[in-house]
Amino acid sequence: MAVMPSPAELQLLADLRAGDEASFARLVDLYGPSMLRIARSIVGSRSIAEEVVQEAWLGVLRGLDRFEGRSSLKTWIFRILTNVAKTRAYREGRSVSFAELEADEGPSVDPSRFEPAFGHWADPPHGLPESRLLAGELRQVVAAAIERLPSSQRTVISLRDVEGWSSEEVCNALELSETNQRVLLHRARTKVRRAIEEYVEGRR
Amino acid sequence: MIVEPELSCRELVELVTDYLEGGLSRRERVRFESHLAGCEGCTAYIEQMRAGIAAAGTLTEEDLDPAARDALLAVFRDWRQNR
Repeated sequence: MAVMPSPAELQLLADLRAGDEASFARLVDLYGPSMLRIARSIVGSRSIAEEVVQEAWLGVLRGLDRFEGRSSLKTWIFRILTNVAKTRAYREGRSVSFAELEADEGPSVDPSRFEPAFGHWADPPHGLPESRLLAGELRQVVAAAIERLPSSQRTVISLRDVEGWSSEEVCNALELSETNQRVLLHRARTKVRRAIEEYVEGRR
Repeated sequence: MIVEPELSCRELVELVTDYLEGGLSRRERVRFESHLAGCEGCTAYIEQMRAGIAAAGTLTEEDLDPAARDALLAVFRDWRQNR
């Protein structure tokens, strides 16, 4: 799982160590928005998230000379961020655990929607209506559904589906096993789907 | 020949993420897809799941506050001077 720094990252690392501010600014612009999103999903508030991002960058700078390149630079930066955010969340009285999953959340779909004997749909979902309006409305429904998720699920779906990270990148940054990453993603996507269905059914 | 029992809809909804993540074995995938081919309800279910993933991908990034960005660059200059 150890992804080494790419040649571009090695160059960037050399520039940072040489004190090149433009390179640092590029890095901040590249990862800043994702860092803010993750920090916010862990600590819950935008203003605390901004402090967490600042503190994480400070940690990055302090660790720069000691970074040995056993992971990619990106993974290393996001691990620092995640640790700072978790520590802060803990201090604020929020518990965020990626390693231990919350208790089983039960079936993905209300069991009463299946006929008991064979488990086929008794009350099946319907296809989405063709509508140009719908796409814009769904964005809002999905954004709101993601906000309501527990923080570990929100962080994983934000990285995977909003930011487009690979599962490997998410596992590395959050120090999650592949299995737990997938369980959290499944729970998150399942709730987002449920919100979409409820919205579309209510609109019919 | 071993005939596999058909996957039920109730089972399929629990496997959707494994399926979309490419985490099913070949045999499980064939079973999943052959159920899907004949089931409108499950097809609609996956369509809703995919619509959620697609909509999530269009959510905009939050930019760093310009003042916060400036503060970071100042931190960098400070770090450069004092190391």
